[in-house]
Amino acid sequence: MKRTMLIQGLKAGIPIALGYIPIAIAFGILSRAEEIPIEVSMLMSLTVFAGASQFVAVNLLSLGTGIGEVIVTTFILNFRHFLMSASLFQRIEKNLTMKKLSVLSFGITDETFSLASVTELDHEERLPFNYLFGLMLISFFAWNVGTWIGLFMGNILPTLIQNSMGIALYAMFIGLLVPAVRKSIPLLFVALIAMTAHSLLILLPFLPSLSSGWNVVIATILASFIGTLIIEKEAFQ
Amino acid sequence: MTSEPNLFRIFILVIGMSLVTYIPRALPMLFLKEFRLNPSVENFLKLIPYAALGALIFPEILFSTNHMASSVTGGILAAVVAYFKGNLLIAVVAGIFGTVLYQWLFL
Repeated sequence: MKRTMLIQGLKAGIPIALGYIPIAIAFGILSRAEEIPIEVSMLMSLTVFAGASQFVAVNLLSLGTGIGEVIVTTFILNFRHFLMSASLFQRIEKNLTMKKLSVLSFGITDETFSLASVTELDHEERLPFNYLFGLMLISFFAWNVGTWIGLFMGNILPTLIQNSMGIALYAMFIGLLVPAVRKSIPLLFVALIAMTAHSLLILLPFLPSLSSGWNVVIATILASFIGTLIIEKEAFQ
Repeated sequence: MTSEPNLFRIFILVIGMSLVTYIPRALPMLFLKEFRLNPSVENFLKLIPYAALGALIFPEILFSTNHMASSVTGGILAAVVAYFKGNLLIAVVAGIFGTVLYQWLFL
């Protein structure tokens, strides 16, 4: 039973892995181009495991930005995982040890969180540790393998494919969102409010221009808050 | 960027990045059980995935490839497939296929 859950998690993570590899390759290629030492890029993918912030860090480093500023930017970009961690915790099997929880925490990304959150398993009300561990493991593995490919094999992908791979993760987000909102009008509203709020935060000139990390956090909180106010409990559970 | 003191500084930087990324990921998981959440907070947390997906998709998807129309083509194809098939992997492949096809045909 435990083993099948692990395998089920690994299988569920294949779409994430598929999306991560080309992006991680791009990260490897970019770090090489910006002359970041190879061991640093590898360590970053191993210990940070958060796509956008790694790209930004490499970019800032190449511009000669100070360490403190890069760390603060990373914190701001990745703070959304705080919300995701709180949300996901409600769906994980109960009474896990601190050790297991601290392992699962490391694997929270936009993609693993989104996939885990919309997953309904047969016979299990909450997500077992092994399932989540498998899901996160294959994602982590793909992210690191992709980084190495980018670092050591560089531009082996044809330009056409390289240019098109940016869509992969967004296609995955769409693949997660569409089936959920198809069944529930209130969830559709929440997603549309979040899209609108995020666009307004970027477009409106009188709002302070924030980093994209904060924009996502604010749009998410706002849409969930409005959703909580207008949706009755029964509507989504 | 390869001289010794610089390499050391970058290692410190990576350690710092990993800490400020890990701590927000871990705090709610490790300490939330101390509290009993009230139902509206629980509902709020349940909506977060869908709100986050919305905010992550739009408008960033428009700039996800080097050509906006190709991103939109891929996005729409992924949405159509997800709507009718409901299979994640096929939706991802459809999204990539739509984008590649557009770039191949029109660029």
